[in-house]
Amino acid sequence: MSEFDEQTVRAEARAWLEENWDPERGLLEWRNKLVDSGWGMPAWPKDWHGRGLPAAMAPVVEEEFQRIGAIGVARMGIRMLAALTLLEHGSDMHKEKFLRRILTGEDTWCQLFSEPGCGSDLAGATTKAELKGNKWIINGQKVWTTSAHKAHYGLLLARTDWDVPKHKGLTYFILDMKQPGVDVYPLRQMNGYASFNQVFLSDAEIAPEFMVGETGDGWKVATTTLMNERRNADSLRRYAQPSDKPDRIYAEEREEIATVMEPYKWYPQRAGRVDLIIERARETGRFADPVVRQEIAELLILSRTAEWTARRARAAMALGRPPGAEGSLGKLIASHVARKSAAVHTRISGADAMLAGTDAPMDGTISEIFISVPACSIAGGTDEIQRNIISERVLKMPKEPRTDTDRPFREVPRNAIS
Amino acid sequence: MRFAFTDEQEQFRSALRRFLEDKSPTTEVRRLMETEDGCDRDVWRQLSGELGLTAIHIPESYGGQGFGIVELGIALEEMGRALLCAPYFASTVLAATAILNAGTEDEKRALLPDIAAGETVATLAIAEENGLWNADGVAATATPSNGNFRIDGTKSFVLDGHTADRIVVAARAPGSSGDDGLSLFIVAADAKGLTRTPLQTLDPTRKLARLEFKSVPAELMGEAGGAAGPIARTLDIAAIALANEMVGGAEKLRESAMDYAGMRMQFGRPIASFQSMKHKAADMLVDVELAKTAAYYAAEAADENDPELPALASLAKARASEAYMQMAIHTIQIHGGIGFTWDNDTHLWFKRAKSSEVFLGDPAYHRELMMQRWNV
Repeated sequence: MSEFDEQTVRAEARAWLEENWDPERGLLEWRNKLVDSGWGMPAWPKDWHGRGLPAAMAPVVEEEFQRIGAIGVARMGIRMLAALTLLEHGSDMHKEKFLRRILTGEDTWCQLFSEPGCGSDLAGATTKAELKGNKWIINGQKVWTTSAHKAHYGLLLARTDWDVPKHKGLTYFILDMKQPGVDVYPLRQMNGYASFNQVFLSDAEIAPEFMVGETGDGWKVATTTLMNERRNADSLRRYAQPSDKPDRIYAEEREEIATVMEPYKWYPQRAGRVDLIIERARETGRFADPVVRQEIAELLILSRTAEWTARRARAAMALGRPPGAEGSLGKLIASHVARKSAAVHTRISGADAMLAGTDAPMDGTISEIFISVPACSIAGGTDEIQRNIISERVLKMPKEPRTDTDRPFREVPRNAIS
Repeated sequence: MRFAFTDEQEQFRSALRRFLEDKSPTTEVRRLMETEDGCDRDVWRQLSGELGLTAIHIPESYGGQGFGIVELGIALEEMGRALLCAPYFASTVLAATAILNAGTEDEKRALLPDIAAGETVATLAIAEENGLWNADGVAATATPSNGNFRIDGTKSFVLDGHTADRIVVAARAPGSSGDDGLSLFIVAADAKGLTRTPLQTLDPTRKLARLEFKSVPAELMGEAGGAAGPIARTLDIAAIALANEMVGGAEKLRESAMDYAGMRMQFGRPIASFQSMKHKAADMLVDVELAKTAAYYAAEAADENDPELPALASLAKARASEAYMQMAIHTIQIHGGIGFTWDNDTHLWFKRAKSSEVFLGDPAYHRELMMQRWNV
């Protein structure tokens, strides 16, 4: 039996948890214990707060945590993306300084990639980093930054060389958010929430040792962050299930979850709330209208086949088969479901669709669906970018000729205001 | 398992695809669609004899292979892809399933082995000139006569009705309505009083006929007046089978559109490199994959006796119909001028897409049925 044998791992995790788990401990104290023991991130290297177990063993350990209701390390928000990026590309100093406090939840991170002038075209970033003396001086503007007002550090993509092609002139930095050159303002969305921020960088400073990778490696390092973002898209929800148990540690965790989840309150509405459709059609009496019934039927077919298509993709993966086309379609299909659901919801509401807030159906939930759904097909990769990805990576269709990748970035046409 | 085919099922699919690529190229489809019976007897013999396809979902005790609706669905998906011209849907899907659902043990033993062997081609006649595939659409009457029955009325849209050897006919007791008084009968092709007229069809690969019954002698199958349930169940299985056939055709169209877009050069580059093509292609993939999911899920549900089956059958029929027709429209568009010529093969599937969309009830009909069946 190897030391990575499932039963052995399970037994070790169980024994350690039985010995150490105590819900009357403070959250920070407990998480420091997890970091010291490596059981918080069992698949991480032994040198860096892990136990060096194969990735397949992590769910086994996770099950042992769940079995006794033990709380894990902090995993919500951008922090895991930061941790995984630093683990792969960071220096030993970065790992020493940041990883523990990420896992204990003491430090909060944000991602400074998108800019007003580049959304889909992330490699077109124009935030400037210039080496002056022994400091990098940062000037520019970032946007769509969740939790920037709370974050201690930001993952920053900035341009250090304007005379090479766009992907080669970017560099990746760790930015201390708590400094005078960093100004954070909330960005109010069309649904009234302000879940994101705009970050203005005016002569913000970064010491050279907080560069991640080399100058010009920024795109490569950012790709690691983005790949993890895609892979962990559902982890936010997975780890955000607060326990209602009375003990001290759960109370502290509830508070943490409430803070992290605060910007995401409207996310269920953004996905269209198909779950409310039937109830609404019944209570409004619109269920008897054959046209409305057809629309509801179309929506239910779309939403159920979407769900089953995702399960087909997972079933293929579980059988160890190469992922079929069905695995790459989820984001685009989710947009279709959301948009259709918003349309059906407002049709069901009739004239009430003109109302909002407490005057509107379900105290405004229906109107909130309608004004939240447009974000669904844009945030996290627009439908158009998804279609490009599907056609190029799944269907192997040729890329369109580009005019921006083989000449100095300085010469590439850009937005007048960026 | 509901969301993936087994290795054996995948192997069956591959073997069948090779067989059909060999036996049913579009040159053959074009030849057979011009004939009145629309079938190559040699291919039918191989398909039923060596491959046992006509027996696929018939239990072994009735001379069948004993597989399920999932395997039947795979066979149909491949046949839909190849546009196979043969009375397979009529005989194996419609007639055999009706006999399985309605027949007594003795009747199943008497009727199914010949159908399973492909020696008898049977069909099922439910719809009339009203074009309704349900109990309400059945007006033909069956009157008791000397211990048997005589059928009067007109059946229409009967798949391979002019060439089948045996016809399973839905008729009702005079004066009855709805689900009451419905029975199924076996009528021989050469029965006295039966006039069979082939219809001119939009889709020449799917042969339809009108059958006029004037006091035609018929043998009752199953319980007198008790056919409503078996008919509904048969139509559910048929809808699922058709959905699987449709996704086969839809996927073939999608692939042909991709092949053409990759080859066709305009403005100095393959048209596949234009974003307008790529986005359409991505949408087509989404459409066809969702339809496949629905068709596969419903087939599996049939094998598991899922209580949701009737709703899922309608869901699959509606979803696959829409996707197939959309695929056909886009595929012609992507081909440009050549796409609406006779020589280009796309119109063969375009026509099949429309006939399949309407056959057994159109998407709006099935969406409403799904809502009622879910009772949501």
